[in-house]
Amino acid sequence: MAIKSHVQTTINGETVEFLCESRQSLLEVLRDELHLTGAKEGCNNGNCGACSVILDGRLVNSCLVLGVETEGKSVETIEGLAAPDKLHPIQDAFLENAALQCGICTPGFIMSTKALLDSNPNPTEHEIRYWLAGNLCRCTGYDKIVRAVQDAAKASA
Amino acid sequence: MEKFSYVNATSLEQVTSLLSDSGWGEVMVIAGGTDLLGELKEYIETPKTLINLKTLPGMDSISADGSGLKIGALATVADIAMYPEIQNHYTVLAQAAGSVATPQIRNVGTLGGNLCQRPRCWYYRDETVDCLKKGGELCYAIEGLSKYHAILGGDPVYIVHPSDIAPALIALGASLKIVGPEGEKTMSVEEFFTLPATNPYRENVLEPNEIVVEVQVPHPKSNAKSFYLKAREKGAPDFALASVAGVFEMEGNTCQAASIVLGGVAPAPWRSTEAEAALTGKMITESVSMQAGEDAVKDAQPLNDNAYKVTLTRNLISRAAMMAAK
Ligand SMILES: Cc1cc2nc3c(=O)[nH]c(=O)nc-3n(C[C@@H](O)[C@@H](O)[C@H](O)COP(=O)(O)OP(=O)(O)OC[C@H]3O[C@@H](n4cnc5c(N)ncnc54)[C@H](O)[C@@H]3O)c2cc1C
Ligand code: FES
Ligand code: FES
Repeated sequence: MAIKSHVQTTINGETVEFLCESRQSLLEVLRDELHLTGAKEGCNNGNCGACSVILDGRLVNSCLVLGVETEGKSVETIEGLAAPDKLHPIQDAFLENAALQCGICTPGFIMSTKALLDSNPNPTEHEIRYWLAGNLCRCTGYDKIVRAVQDAAKASA
Repeated sequence: MEKFSYVNATSLEQVTSLLSDSGWGEVMVIAGGTDLLGELKEYIETPKTLINLKTLPGMDSISADGSGLKIGALATVADIAMYPEIQNHYTVLAQAAGSVATPQIRNVGTLGGNLCQRPRCWYYRDETVDCLKKGGELCYAIEGLSKYHAILGGDPVYIVHPSDIAPALIALGASLKIVGPEGEKTMSVEEFFTLPATNPYRENVLEPNEIVVEVQVPHPKSNAKSFYLKAREKGAPDFALASVAGVFEMEGNTCQAASIVLGGVAPAPWRSTEAEAALTGKMITESVSMQAGEDAVKDAQPLNDNAYKVTLTRNLISRAAMMAAK
């Protein structure tokens, strides 16, 4: 039996093919095989959310999904958000609100924010805190992140 | 993680025949993988083959009618938490599912995986520790660090069952359907779980070649109020230190029947017949609710570091009873 599987998937709107071992996580595939290093490895066990990406419209921890399971699916990562000459409104709002310091949590937070605003364009503060609870930040203390999400919601209204 | 071969499931017959004769651990099923991948990364399990259940058609459906709910084992925790009929009439189940882990994990984690997930005990999850649960001699929680361990039903293994959904399902009187090589069988969710005194190595009665395919929940009575209260160490998502799933049939402030199942305090979801007896037929007052909490923990046997769970459990039960009276 072949050691690696051939997988075809859509990443940020483009068809991508890769070879991976069945034991490689989607996070490992993104970072090590496809060199999309935006999604970060924090805990590698589902606690921190730094690896968050959107898989077929659902926010997931890419460290807890196997690469082989993305066959035929669609993956959105932080790399797909900005237009070539313009940041995405969520990215702008994070910058404007100083919602990041070291930045390792930021790609995950931004993808979680995108998933939240895609389904609920006008969340309350309580809803923001509930739906972003799968992302940890050791630097900001969260308040600035919540303000950024509120501003991003307004900007997209 | 060790290498394994990965097979997409095509039918229940194929799954049970691949599982047959392999015993535990050689061939394993993966649903959402949110629990299993953690075990593989830590080398707690090293299967040669993983069968992906997610390719089984139709097993992720949820349906509701006047008699109750049918939830496929592949329904995600998020879909259960957000299903309007469950939010409206099976509150304890919606609340329990909504309290599981994080949005990311609820989006992927399934009902079957939630019920069959393995313990989170730090000795069990440590590759280098050969504890009783894994076939060794000792449960290290007895002399070691026991902050998150059992206060009820522990002997001889003091893990706690990590599922939030199981106590809610048991409180609602749910049953589950299992498929194996000999066909299917149905049992109550309560009978599904076992204590370490019966089998120290597993948390339920499933055989290595069986899988859970569906859960059925009877419609609660029209006068039922239900709640899931979960205490955790941090505000952020976490496993329960202690939790209470309560279903109360109320006539005004009088409790006609109560179903009270605890999570996070025992190696299996723990029905408190003592708390149920203390509430049934009574007008719920502050003192009746406190008594129910006291009765529930009177046989608790905390280890070195977890006596706080006794107080926590007692208070959660009385709070749930007071909520039913409001
Ligand atoms: C950071 C973190 C926090 C968490 N917090 C909570 C929490 O607060 N509350 C809670 O309840 N859980 C929590 N969990 C556990 C979480 O994994 C489960 O809630 C989830 O539902 C498991 O489902 P799964 O489909 O991902 O299971 P898998 O990982 O796919 O499977 C788990 C186990 O069940 C077996 N299995 C899966 N499906 C079946 C089936 N149909 N029949 C027989 N066996 C089967 C697998 O072989 C495996 O052994 C947490 C997990 C993480 C990583
Ligand atoms: S790296 Fe995936 S959740 Fe932390
Ligand atoms: S900015 Fe450093 S962890 Fe969030």
